[in-house]
Amino acid sequence: MTRKILTLLAASTILAGPAAAQDDDTLTIGVLLTLSGPAAVLGEMARDGFQLAADEIGEIGGMKTEIIIADDEQKPDIAANKARELVERDGADIVIGPIFSNIAGAIVKPVTDAGAILISPNAGPSNLAGAECNKAFFSVSYQNDQNHEVMGAYAKEQGYDNVFLIAPNYQAGKDSLAGFKHSYDGGVAGEVFTQLGQLDFSAELAQIAAMQPDAVFAFMPGGMGVNLVKQYRQAGLESIPFLSAFTVDESTLPAQQDAAVGFFSGTNWAPDLDTPENTAFVTAFEEKFGKVPASYAAHGYDAARLIDAAVRAAGGIGDKDALIAALEGAQFASVRGDFAFGANHFPVQDFYLAEVVKRDDGQFATSIVKPIFQDYADNYVAECQMN
Amino acid sequence: MNPRIRNIAALVVFGSFAILPLLAQVLGDSFLIVVATRILAFAIAALALDLILGYGGMVSFGHAAYLGLGAYSVAMLSRAGITDLGLHLLGGIAMATPFALITGAISLRTRGVYFIMITLAFAQMAYFFFVSLSAYGGDDGVTLAARSTLLGQPLLENDTTLFYATLALLIAAYLLALRITGSRFGRVLTGTRENPLRMQAIGFSPFPYQLTAYVISGCIASVAGVMLANQTEFVSPALMNWHRSGELIVMVVLGGIGNLIGAVGGAVIALLLEEWLSRMSEHWPLFFGLFLVIVVLASRDGISGLIRRIGGGK
Amino acid sequence: MTNLFLLQLLNGLQFGVLLFLIAAGLTLVFGIMDFVNLAHGVIYMVGAYLVVTFAAMTGSYGLGLLLTLPATLAVGLVLEFLVFRHLYDRSHLDQVLATFGLVMIISEAVEIIWGAAPLTVPIPQILSGSVPLLGPLRYPVFRLAIIAAGLLTALGLWFVISRTRIGMQLRAGASNRAMLSALGIDVRRLFTMIFAFGAMLAGFAGAMVAPILAVDPGMGESVLILAFVVIVIGGIGSIKGAFAGALIVGIVDTVGRIFGPIALKAVMDPAAAAQAGRVLAPMLVYILMAVILALRPAGLFGQRT
Repeated sequence: MTRKILTLLAASTILAGPAAAQDDDTLTIGVLLTLSGPAAVLGEMARDGFQLAADEIGEIGGMKTEIIIADDEQKPDIAANKARELVERDGADIVIGPIFSNIAGAIVKPVTDAGAILISPNAGPSNLAGAECNKAFFSVSYQNDQNHEVMGAYAKEQGYDNVFLIAPNYQAGKDSLAGFKHSYDGGVAGEVFTQLGQLDFSAELAQIAAMQPDAVFAFMPGGMGVNLVKQYRQAGLESIPFLSAFTVDESTLPAQQDAAVGFFSGTNWAPDLDTPENTAFVTAFEEKFGKVPASYAAHGYDAARLIDAAVRAAGGIGDKDALIAALEGAQFASVRGDFAFGANHFPVQDFYLAEVVKRDDGQFATSIVKPIFQDYADNYVAECQMN
Repeated sequence: MNPRIRNIAALVVFGSFAILPLLAQVLGDSFLIVVATRILAFAIAALALDLILGYGGMVSFGHAAYLGLGAYSVAMLSRAGITDLGLHLLGGIAMATPFALITGAISLRTRGVYFIMITLAFAQMAYFFFVSLSAYGGDDGVTLAARSTLLGQPLLENDTTLFYATLALLIAAYLLALRITGSRFGRVLTGTRENPLRMQAIGFSPFPYQLTAYVISGCIASVAGVMLANQTEFVSPALMNWHRSGELIVMVVLGGIGNLIGAVGGAVIALLLEEWLSRMSEHWPLFFGLFLVIVVLASRDGISGLIRRIGGGK
Repeated sequence: MTNLFLLQLLNGLQFGVLLFLIAAGLTLVFGIMDFVNLAHGVIYMVGAYLVVTFAAMTGSYGLGLLLTLPATLAVGLVLEFLVFRHLYDRSHLDQVLATFGLVMIISEAVEIIWGAAPLTVPIPQILSGSVPLLGPLRYPVFRLAIIAAGLLTALGLWFVISRTRIGMQLRAGASNRAMLSALGIDVRRLFTMIFAFGAMLAGFAGAMVAPILAVDPGMGESVLILAFVVIVIGGIGSIKGAFAGALIVGIVDTVGRIFGPIALKAVMDPAAAAQAGRVLAPMLVYILMAVILALRPAGLFGQRT
């Protein structure tokens, strides 16, 4: 039994790394993303995008930069602890993260309470955009509803009057269909919430085949999207337009491949978005990592450049209010071209209709078809009373 | 386990925890207390599971549900304006008791692997119920505005106070479990595990004993949930995922079943190891898995057995 | 409506057969060797990854499948030699702990080798496309292939276990290990064989579903629980039970989630019915299992011990 105590003591000393004091000469950036488990691919994209920009910049904000990467394991309670560890022990001034909205809810308080700034490369839950908006929270991605609203607007523009909606049965799924209907006012053929992690969609596909709707709108992130898209194609439904958000992107296309070609997605970015910064980013990313970047990577890349510009503008990290003001100003060249923050610290940006294509080099990617919204802000900004 | 050794072990484990804030002070690392609080909360849950698993032979694969019920009691009562820790604990117990009574009564019709799976089924139902509960954020969960209050004061906002409150609850749970297992009730429970037929023959019907133990265990686990919610200041159904139930079993078996302090030790070792390995390598599950396999291959009774063997004891 | 119902019934059957394919190896190892193998799901995953790799190497899914079978058999043999062999006489809990560790090791190893991004393998040309069924409703050919593979597996297992000498030894080993060994049969070798065969069945299932499901590091975990539900409903160790359990789970899940809300609408107002349907749908399988176990504590075809 004494051995147990020895291990305990040994372990506690190992754990007790030197406590980094908040230090104005070094910019410490914590990166807290989902890096293990089935959804690790999303976190890896964001991490690689961020790292790429950080390597290009060198000294972010002209300061000595320390980057600490942590894995939230897609578990909110672990994420909350890791977030505290980053800000309290490692002295992170800025935390980049997370991927998932339920993790955002868990880490926003520990990070901002400790006086650090949280920048999300993906998650943009409605509460943080609206009533619970936070001075020290920024999203460089989007508000969660927006990509769905793009598809709703497109469906309306096409004059569809009979759309079949499908999403997993959890909060983000419900928000997604609500987002679609926010900008679509035509008829709904059917509305199906599937089980989280569902493998087989043949029952839903049979319903779609029987109803023959004008189009299908799907929100099926990750492996579920791979299953749905492959099975959709196999069921011979490809004549029905497939509209989606977060269902066909560069993180899932390696598995969907030909099955997804011609499917539509609502997005704020695609690899072939025509800006000089984006071309440079996509080329560098593909060269370094040997895969096509997804929007998560673009957001991670933008996050590093945003921080770089803001720290330079604020003249360091000593004055937090000045740093926040500089972030709000967002004077950097985004891969997305025009980029500005709204009053709730969420981007006001353009949104596009994108389509899956097979590129000449044999890789699969989304490709911009046309813009849908210009300088589009989210629907919650009015509820935000920043203080 | 020899009761004397167990008492010494318990004293050492709880003693080390008690002086931990001091150690953190010396090392200048206040984060240690945050990690330790989480470990303590899981130790409470593991202890609760050992009570029925180690003594009653009931392998519950659904104990994470009680963690969740405790945590949601904090979220729900806080929203209703009730912030007292004592009431939150009572709330958790008030939710855990009926759930354990009903699911326990049905589950106890089965045994062995069937019991494992039916407890899992009920926990999954609870999990999906909270995933659908939009009022509390569904799958996204809810952020707590503040921690529970103690005597009307926000004392638990201080990490050290929360740590000691959790430690006190763990010790209380340990003493209660010790008391239960040492009593006539506990001996009947152990007897039904060893040989239910014989117990029946000498006039004890196992069912009420097993059910009572199951309910008590669920209530203790809900206490862990209350403390966990306070520690992370966030509540979501992810806490009730079947993974968690599995991790609790791993903690208990790793520490060695049926001696209570082993479960506490198992929680400490499992979580420390996870914390430590995940700092060392992104591929830490590989090493954690190796550790588990090696422990099982090297010892028949988890870490307790390993220590006994190395120590040359029985 | 009737047509759609029949089609959904077929879908349910198909999903059930798919589940049986996954559960078959599990129930064999569990039932005959009394061994709780949580690693079954990850071996299934390894099978799927291997078929992706082999198909890419050979340029043919069929050849990839043929290579995957001996490869997963080998994986099974290695695992049996390194780990499982030492756990046959241990408690279920020790087996759970060790195989839980194996799950972590293999999942992580797969992520290191193949990466975290989902992969795929194209459906072979002759099995792609769909056949017309009723009106606008069509049925994918590959799904028919899965149904055929599942039925053949079921038939094959039934034949081996109840009609061959090896099957007789298996059944004897399940009921009395010591006696069988006293009769001069090398039980250890028998168990090694069952185990490796179980691993191959898991690998076969993984390889069969790879063209229709995402091949990612989470795929083993998502079916493990479902596979356990199937064999527990059917009664552990009974191939017949696993088959019945799989079909029941497949049909209840598929038909229930589509027609459940419609049935609910008949008894309550539409909004409440939709809400209730949404809450109940994911629980359906678990409710089914709880009800069956409450009524028959050892599953449908299990023997009360």
